[in-house]
Amino acid sequence: MLRAEGLTHSFGAVRALDDVSFSVQPGQTLAVFGPNGAGKTTLLKVLAGLIQPQRGNARVEGGRRAIGWIGHQPQLYAQLTVRENLRFWASLYDVSPPGDLLTRLGLDEHADRPVRALSRGLVQRVAIARALVHDPTVLLLDEPFTGLDRVAAEALRRLLGDVMKQGGASVLVTHNVEEGTELATDVAFMRAGRFVHFAPRAGRGPEQVAEEYRRAIA
Amino acid sequence: MRSPDLLRHAWAVAAKDLLVEFRSRTGILSAAVFVVLVLMVFNFGRDPTAVSNVVLVPSILWVTFTFAAILALNRAFQLELENQALDGLLLAPIGRGSIYLGKLVANLLFVATVEVIGVPLVALFFNVEVWSHIGPLGGIIALATIGFVAIGTLFSAMTVRTRFAELLLPAVLLPFMILPLAWATLATTSVFAGRPLSEMAGWLKMLAGYDIVFVVLSLLLFPATVNE
Amino acid sequence: MTAIALLLLAGVYVRALVYTPVERLQGLAQKIYYLHVPAAVWAETAMIIVGIASTFYLFLKDPRLDRFAYASAEVGTVFAVLMLTTGPLWGKPIWGTWWTWDARLTLALFLFLLYVGYLLLRSAVADAGSRARFAAVLGICGMVLVPFVHFSVYLFRTLHPMPILLKPSPPSLPVSMLTTLLMSLGVFTLLYVGFVTQRYALGSVSEQLEGMGGTDNA
Repeated sequence: MLRAEGLTHSFGAVRALDDVSFSVQPGQTLAVFGPNGAGKTTLLKVLAGLIQPQRGNARVEGGRRAIGWIGHQPQLYAQLTVRENLRFWASLYDVSPPGDLLTRLGLDEHADRPVRALSRGLVQRVAIARALVHDPTVLLLDEPFTGLDRVAAEALRRLLGDVMKQGGASVLVTHNVEEGTELATDVAFMRAGRFVHFAPRAGRGPEQVAEEYRRAIA
Repeated sequence: MRSPDLLRHAWAVAAKDLLVEFRSRTGILSAAVFVVLVLMVFNFGRDPTAVSNVVLVPSILWVTFTFAAILALNRAFQLELENQALDGLLLAPIGRGSIYLGKLVANLLFVATVEVIGVPLVALFFNVEVWSHIGPLGGIIALATIGFVAIGTLFSAMTVRTRFAELLLPAVLLPFMILPLAWATLATTSVFAGRPLSEMAGWLKMLAGYDIVFVVLSLLLFPATVNE
Repeated sequence: MTAIALLLLAGVYVRALVYTPVERLQGLAQKIYYLHVPAAVWAETAMIIVGIASTFYLFLKDPRLDRFAYASAEVGTVFAVLMLTTGPLWGKPIWGTWWTWDARLTLALFLFLLYVGYLLLRSAVADAGSRARFAAVLGICGMVLVPFVHFSVYLFRTLHPMPILLKPSPPSLPVSMLTTLLMSLGVFTLLYVGFVTQRYALGSVSEQLEGMGGTDNA
């Protein structure tokens, strides 16, 4: 569903990606752990098509239309209402917002309020709704749990699970090993642009993975 | 990228920009106030006995519009920057050209609104009869505006993230504005002086040619400003 | 290379001042023509070269092309300044005024502003990749602007001596003056090549320093 081959990319003298190759099948979630500067965000951007890698290529089944991105930036227009935001973003994908999306995130009563009037927790949920408005089958998540409140984090986990059940695939990038492991079917550690570990989770718990990560990265 | 898609998405982007603008309204109001201020300065600065209004008005018109346009140009990408939405736009399955065209249309409508407010104000403050020339005048204004807004939209995409964006944009844009400004002023002068339309045909042709070249060029170059 | 060019420049001046006949209408001041015209030619040409290099850069992404464009722009600025200073020096004795908004001097000012804008943009962008891309975009726009400005000379009424050389009908200059002019043009060409080579080399070293975390020499 998602395949990367020999991805290599540098920013000036800094090698952000160094011959990275992997694939993710439908129903799988790959969690990539790594310290800051390891190249995780660059990896996601290459997968999303935002950056053209200097070498190698990445292919996502369905192209940009199938990709949903959840990062720390809400990418919402503060001056517009929730509904208007969703309608706008959906129109770029040539679809209408799914009827039940707002309900699934508990946003019905706020649908016609401008985003700037919403509390932070609500904005986070709207951001998730925005990312999912076009029913993406491939999710790219860049430190998605950073700063999420409990309700939003729970909603995110639930929706992720839904997408996986429907045969989607996702790549989750984070430095929070405990949180990411729970959701993952496969685990990778990334350092200085390379994967130093890549294996199915195979029943390992968060503490175990965290320990292996500390040993691998230290 | 098929044309209908390109235009449809461009319109979605433009409509969104206009909706945001309409919501806050501060943009257009500040522009209107700015126009009035500039006109007041011109009024205090001139000597009524020295030069007749009819001679001054074309320059006043064009200086005012250019200043207003420059102020307006930053808003387009500033909006995306504030809301950190640019990546979202780039991620969506729309052509980069749609983003440019959408921003261009929104900018044009914004500047056009300022001009629609400005022309009657100039006519009022400087006691100049404008209505009888409104056809050719409208044409000149439209052509010149397209020219510098097209290039301005392209450049603002580049300057918006720099430190002195509001200063850098005019500095970089200036050489590209002078020609359409000069031609427009000359054509406007000729219109107000009651010269036959055929006289300004030359200026209009230059303006049109300039517009076509730079709109196409800007459209082609825009992806380079957003792609990494 | 540059040293030779500068020496030759001195040589041209000797010839210009001593050996070339004094022009009937304009007198001694006309001698500045031999400095002003080649400077003008190269100020315009340098911008076109910046544009060409920029176009290739956008397609090929080779940083050397960007460095070359930058070098050409720096040298072009020098020539534009030369144009701006020799123009009035030529004009004052003849027209009685230091500055006039005639088409040729305005062209000089245009080119100068174009170059300054280019240099300003470069200095304002911190990221090297964006800087090269943005400069390329501006360079190409500048290159396209030059013919528009140049041909405006023909449309605007002007105080300036009508172009004697670059006009549709054959040059109308007496042979000895033509020779001096061509020699001067040749010298300026050498100067351009020499300066650009130097600036290019300097740019290359500067980029290496930047890469190692040295001073920011944008």
